[in-house]
Amino acid sequence: MAPGNALLELEGVSKRFGPVQALDRVDFAVGAGEVVGLVGDNGAGKSTLVKTIAGIHTADAGELRFEGREVSISRPQDATELGIATVYQDLALCDNLDVVANIFLGQEEIAAGPGKAARQLDEARMEHRASELLSSLAVTIPSLRTEVGTLSGGQRQQVAVARSLLGEPRVVLLDEPTAALGVPQTKQVLELIGRLRERGLGVVVISHNLANVFEVADRIVVLRLGRTAGDFAAEQTTEEHVVAAITGAGGNDGENASRQGEGRAGEEER
Amino acid sequence: MSAAEGATPAAAGTEEGSGTRSQVVRRFVQGDLASLRVVLGLAVIWLIFQSQNDRFLTAENLTNLMLQITAIGLISVGIVYVLLLGEIDLSVGAVSGLAAAVMAVLNVKHGWNPYLAIAAAVAVGLTIGVLQGFLFSRFGVPSFVVTLAGLLAWQGALLQVLGSTGTINLTDPKITGLANTFYSDAVGWIFAVLVIGVYAGVVLVGRQRRVAAGLEGEGMGALGLRIGLLAAIAIVVVAILNSDRGVPLAVLILLAFVVGMEYVAKRTRFGRHVYAVGGNAEAARRAGIPVNGVRVAVFGIAGSMAAIGGVMAASRLLAVNQGSGGSELLLLAIAGPVIAGTSLFGGRGAVWTALLGALVIGSISNGMDLLALSSAVKFMVTGGVLLIAVLIDAIARKERQAAGRV
Repeated sequence: MAPGNALLELEGVSKRFGPVQALDRVDFAVGAGEVVGLVGDNGAGKSTLVKTIAGIHTADAGELRFEGREVSISRPQDATELGIATVYQDLALCDNLDVVANIFLGQEEIAAGPGKAARQLDEARMEHRASELLSSLAVTIPSLRTEVGTLSGGQRQQVAVARSLLGEPRVVLLDEPTAALGVPQTKQVLELIGRLRERGLGVVVISHNLANVFEVADRIVVLRLGRTAGDFAAEQTTEEHVVAAITGAGGNDGENASRQGEGRAGEEER
Repeated sequence: MSAAEGATPAAAGTEEGSGTRSQVVRRFVQGDLASLRVVLGLAVIWLIFQSQNDRFLTAENLTNLMLQITAIGLISVGIVYVLLLGEIDLSVGAVSGLAAAVMAVLNVKHGWNPYLAIAAAVAVGLTIGVLQGFLFSRFGVPSFVVTLAGLLAWQGALLQVLGSTGTINLTDPKITGLANTFYSDAVGWIFAVLVIGVYAGVVLVGRQRRVAAGLEGEGMGALGLRIGLLAAIAIVVVAILNSDRGVPLAVLILLAFVVGMEYVAKRTRFGRHVYAVGGNAEAARRAGIPVNGVRVAVFGIAGSMAAIGGVMAASRLLAVNQGSGGSELLLLAIAGPVIAGTSLFGGRGAVWTALLGALVIGSISNGMDLLALSSAVKFMVTGGVLLIAVLIDAIARKERQAAGRV
């Protein structure tokens, strides 16, 4: 992608936890209407990178740019205010509440009237908005008043994604959205990711499942030992190349790229 | 109030009445209609006692029953909130005794205005609850331990406040009137009409809102059924109470708190946050809900309701003594909502289970007294009923999980 149309850009971002260099001069970018797959072995720094973007960790060094402006994200609220939403692997849903209540959790709408604390929840309006939101994502859930605990894993993931869209974000980070899902449910979620792209959102998908990543991502960024070990256009690469970059077995190209911190391994290989 | 449906906030006021017969059966088995189960259980209990002693279902005895459950029902209202968080408050019995003692001492010994003395009692309960909630949420001490310490400490404080006399008799008519005032037949009927009217209004406005928002409104037939059911209950209850001494003020106080706190739990943002914290505290925290604030507020509610219950108990007894708030009061106040379907594990339940549970427990106690059975039998039967209720709840949860994972 050209730097000009990147929505969110990271340049030379480093993060150290005591003796562990979790991120080492990582470059990363996602554009509007683009799905970027973020892959790497366990401990490669994927989660750290996402948490740095989401404001849970603060980068030690490096630059974050959002829509071309340099920004600092030191708290989760900073990320939310910029328009970056994160859906974590454990989804953080309340199983005892229904779909509408979960989507609006912490942002409940209340009816007009005096005495803010005593005012009723505006259930009708929330249900209406939730139903609009879900149908715009082509998500079908039998009843919005079903408890989330009774939904399938795929439906829960869809609810969690829908909830993240409530604040009208520009970038959505999805942490292992297809882990522990069956084949049809995985398909549902991947289709949902496609619709986020159609909405013009920048989407970052962390996944261990390369087949899924190839199915949905426009670009694949590989992290290895905290460094950018590859940046591939999904259509112009193969799983072997990506695996090689992940494991570091791909010969010199990947290593060179990561040492230079350029993140252009895929293009160099060609 | 959504008195006849499932025990989740989700189901309140929106989903019920839309099921076919098989769906109703399924929801019954899976515990969504826990209340119906408890009502059936209550009917069985009443029939058993009536068959043993035909004074049980007389207007006089039913009025007595209502007066007997007022204090415990009020304490249980606070307990429901604590249970919704998935926590426990073992101090509510002791707090109710201490608050009543504070009221008695201020009113009788220091000549305080009765309303001020009652306000002071509630303030004591609120302060204790907030303190315990703070210790629990700020330092992560389990609520079980914090309130166990409270149980002991506040019992000591009760003895301290009462001083050497040990018993303080209440004579102020404003205080004794709380549990000993009965309204005339006309006032009772006006009350019934008001309740029916307000309920019908709330239900119809709620439906109107849904339709205005472009959502499917509940069928008029189901709506009419609900309003008709409530009207029938209100009319029967008022008729029974009127044929004895009239509608007691104590019952109105209990109902007002049950309805008010049910509204807070199901219809306000705070109530939604209570359910959220009880369901998944981490999810609530990430959603920006002030989890610790909710916890402190809930324990404050429990302490306040305990104090109010203590005041009502003292008013009925016409005295505060060293046994106030002691013995089985605490355990029954917790057992009641659990029997009536509020989960001990948080996130599931409703405030009116406090009333329903108090009715079940009160009926057992009252009926056994009529049969002149000993306390020994009473405790064992109450324990058995609690066990059965919790077993049924556990089985229902399993059914629900089995069905939910389709």
